[in-house]
Amino acid sequence: MLTIPLEIQILFAGILFLLGLIGVLVRRNIIFMLMSIEVMLNSAGLVFIIAGSHWKQPDGQVMFIFILAVAAVEVSIGLALILQVYHHYKTLDADAINKLKDTI
Amino acid sequence: MNIFFYIAATVAIISTIMAISGRNAIHALLFLILSFLAISVVFYLLDAPFIAALEVIIYAGAIMVLFIFVTMMLNVGLERKMENKWLNPRMWIVPGLLAAILLFDLILALKVSRTIPVGNQVIQPKQVGISLFSTYLLAVEMTAILLMTGVIGAYHLGSQKKKVMHRFLEKKIKTC
Repeated sequence: MLTIPLEIQILFAGILFLLGLIGVLVRRNIIFMLMSIEVMLNSAGLVFIIAGSHWKQPDGQVMFIFILAVAAVEVSIGLALILQVYHHYKTLDADAINKLKDTI
Repeated sequence: MNIFFYIAATVAIISTIMAISGRNAIHALLFLILSFLAISVVFYLLDAPFIAALEVIIYAGAIMVLFIFVTMMLNVGLERKMENKWLNPRMWIVPGLLAAILLFDLILALKVSRTIPVGNQVIQPKQVGISLFSTYLLAVEMTAILLMTGVIGAYHLGSQKKKVMHRFLEKKIKTC
């Protein structure tokens, strides 16, 4: 039904992915970094859906279901790690967690 | 039909920008939920209504609520002040406005798409299910194993050692 060229749809997904990437690189709060990763995963799924609707195949939607499962696992593990980090360090700053860093 | 796509895409991009640049985590999560809702409208417009429903139910409904739950759990002491702050409209007026735009977008798109006779080029959920459990059966089993490891890992990481003493008492002893 949509008559938008494929490039613009892909561009929309690309902008979302780029926003997520900027979020991961710029923000130092772990919760915001996890949220940005979610945005990136979602934009990858969006590309699958766009391709699936372009070629009228169900494979794109199947791939999105897999991405959904991966995102759910990633979020649950990530939030458990965040809880542990907060429990140990009393902070959510990613730069404060540097015990594994080698002192030169 | 195209204008609905552009409206939903604009709402998604604006709310994503607000989400990754916000200072307060809860506000950012609200904007992120709005971004996922906008993307689900885009999915609906891309002839994938089943995936649009999954996006709303699982992404915005389950994953983001888990996020909000943990974020609220982390700053326990602030909740009294937060509750007062939530009652003033300045906090939720922008996400509410964007969500209203999205709702009108969806309603108009539904109205327009009802007048167009829907052929069989829309991919039905039945096709997705058949493809999922025939061609991609191995991948489904691998996803099941991944979910299993996720459950075990989250349980292992989330379980805390049993404390003999209350943590406030412990702090008091440490300070004196």
